[in-house]
Amino acid sequence: MTRKRRRLYMVLAAMSILAGAAALVLGALQSELTYFYSPTDLAAGSAPAGRSIRLGGLVEEGSVERLDDGVTTSFRVTDLTSSVPVTYRGLLPDLFREGQGVVTEGSLSADGAFVAREVLAKHDENYMPREVTDALKKSGQWRDPTEATE
Amino acid sequence: MIPEIGHFALILALMVALVQGSVPIIGAAQGRTAWMDVARPAALLQLALVTIAFLALTWAFVVSDFTVLNVVQNSHTAKPLLYKISGVWGNHEGSMVLWVLILAAFGAAVAVFGGNLPPPLRARVLSVQAWIAIGFLAFSLLTSNPFERIFPAPLNGRDLNPLLQDPGLAFHPPMLYAGYVGFSMAFSFAIAALIEGRVDPAWARWVRPWTLVAWCFLTAGITLGSWWAYYELGWGGWWFWDPVENASFMPWLMGTALLHSAIVVEKRDALKAWTILLAILTFSLSLIGTFIVRSGLLTSVHAFATDPERGLFILLLLCVTIGGSLILFAIRAPAVQAGGLFAPVSREGALVLNNLLLVVACGTVFLGTLYPLFLEAATGDKISVGPPFYNKTFVPIMVPLIAVMAIGPFLAWKRADLAGVLGRLKLAFAAAVLAALGAVALEGGPVLAVLAMGLAAWLIVGTLAEWADRIKLFRAPLGDSLRRARGLPRSAHGMTLAHAGLAVAMAGMTAAASWKVESVQVMQLGDSVEMAGYTYRLDRVDQVQGPNYTSDIAQVTISRGDRHVARLTPEKRLYPVQQMPTTEAGIHTTGLADLYVVIGDPDEAGGWTVRIFHEPLVPWIWAGVLMMVLGGIVSLSDRRFRLGAPARRAKAPAGATVAQT
Repeated sequence: MTRKRRRLYMVLAAMSILAGAAALVLGALQSELTYFYSPTDLAAGSAPAGRSIRLGGLVEEGSVERLDDGVTTSFRVTDLTSSVPVTYRGLLPDLFREGQGVVTEGSLSADGAFVAREVLAKHDENYMPREVTDALKKSGQWRDPTEATE
Repeated sequence: MIPEIGHFALILALMVALVQGSVPIIGAAQGRTAWMDVARPAALLQLALVTIAFLALTWAFVVSDFTVLNVVQNSHTAKPLLYKISGVWGNHEGSMVLWVLILAAFGAAVAVFGGNLPPPLRARVLSVQAWIAIGFLAFSLLTSNPFERIFPAPLNGRDLNPLLQDPGLAFHPPMLYAGYVGFSMAFSFAIAALIEGRVDPAWARWVRPWTLVAWCFLTAGITLGSWWAYYELGWGGWWFWDPVENASFMPWLMGTALLHSAIVVEKRDALKAWTILLAILTFSLSLIGTFIVRSGLLTSVHAFATDPERGLFILLLLCVTIGGSLILFAIRAPAVQAGGLFAPVSREGALVLNNLLLVVACGTVFLGTLYPLFLEAATGDKISVGPPFYNKTFVPIMVPLIAVMAIGPFLAWKRADLAGVLGRLKLAFAAAVLAALGAVALEGGPVLAVLAMGLAAWLIVGTLAEWADRIKLFRAPLGDSLRRARGLPRSAHGMTLAHAGLAVAMAGMTAAASWKVESVQVMQLGDSVEMAGYTYRLDRVDQVQGPNYTSDIAQVTISRGDRHVARLTPEKRLYPVQQMPTTEAGIHTTGLADLYVVIGDPDEAGGWTVRIFHEPLVPWIWAGVLMMVLGGIVSLSDRRFRLGAPARRAKAPAGATVAQT
């Protein structure tokens, strides 16, 4: 086995593994990405129904309600321009509060309501998900929370 | 006063680092022994100075010195002592001091134990270590001074984020950082080797144990974090493919590859340039990992509030370190001579395959983690990449890796007989088929999960068969086997343990991902719920006062048929200082599954929302990882690696039993 032959085998092995991985990645990028939408985007009807997406904004004040089964919560997510009704079955994260930023993952049902599979938690009171900040900036309703809370 | 001493010590440490980063390396280039000798005392002095700074900060936290801004923001007088101390690194500024402290400790270790290293190599390594220290000390002093004062001093602090007030997370950052920073050793040795243009087995004999130390810490650190997420967040999951988790996982994958390629350098004097590249990449990923958490670049469920103004400095630091070392590699790597030849089917070949697969797997994680950034920069679309992506990319790449892992240790160096080896793996193959059939019979479910259970069985039986083969278990008298087992190098036992640990962990991960059962319901006091054969009864909920929180503690009795199994006390705590609730899950482990209960909010009618998970084989994950870390430690205790033990100068005569790992 010469040095050249060995190198050839190694390069071939590396190439075939890379090609396989690239195929997997490209396939997954086609189907497994979750796009982010703001309430205004959803109101404009730009989101596909049935596909898994993320919706982020603020939890509208006074909108949180527990439904009769006791474990489903409904609330509205707003960017202060439009708002979208959301239902979620399960325990809400500890830091879920009215008026606070929230990111939910789920899909749009046929009647325009958002069914969340997951409500993402924050670990930190001062933390605002970047997408929420951007959504608020886009709707022109952004104000710096650090100024308000200090 | 004490905070100023700490601040001053940190500045002095930067000065010492500047000397250590310049004088010894110039001395090495010009052959001046006196200049090279500066490195060792400098490294020790640097450790002493950074230790003073760290202790000063710890002191400020312990006595709750609220004239220090950092203490105000992250501590409170009512906090238990453990969390006052862990508060030191529970924030950005303090964690940087910890980072530098660990870096200085590793540098000092080279100074103390490096007596048998060639002096120019030692001088260069210590200088490179000092360059890293300069970057971090400057970052700490210029952008995130932990000793900044505040006037007037408030009466009490804002407390540490309650989620961080937990024993698991108290030790997670030091472990993780010891892992990240430990890879700086491999990095410094790699850069020094590039400057010298020479890599020999002695080099690998140094790099490998230190990489192994770092790897053990990183493995333990990642797992502590994962364990914390499992019991503290109350989501019933232990890994979320979140950017912050990925950030620590990438150096682990790359470091694991490095660990294995360094073996080839040590034993066979081959793959030298590749190993250097891996060392550079591993440490680069560690740096990225350190900063991803803090930079706010990526949205993460684990993200804490961040300060984007440090971003530029961080980016600069990353560019200089990673870019500079890769350029150096491109220029100098051809000078590193290629070593021994080997056939594709050989131990070396298997280790190359291991490396390729690990690096490519790391690449997919890297892509998934950073793709949202690229896409947003390119198109403005906001996306997130979640578990489905990794299940379709990372997981399939792991399948051949695990398959080869059982075969690899059987293969001889240089050239091996694959058919013969596969013949010896018949038992493992049978076990794999049995495990897969068992999984179908017991649970059914996804094809990939069944395949993974089969692979786990294949790996563990294959690994144990290799070990049994070496000591001729059942083929020689038992006493003979025992004698052989004692004669086997510790690193061989370590490998068996670590590989078997991965198999155990893999079975746990697969089962937890595929066969978890979950239910959410409102329960009145006295209500029962049945799940996976167990009955959960909510007995009572009490309000209890903790040291710095109030808590609703539920009592849930679990029984199976008539048999009492356990009483769990899931909690919902409220920390008044930050007005923040946290969840403490109640977990009972049977060894085969975790019974996991989380309590939520009460409703108007006096019922409580209760979430129950049946988590099959999750304890195996922790047990498996523990085996992996223990394997690393056993390996470290190998004679060849023992610190301070003189390296055997004389080459073992050909044919003598050269340790086989």
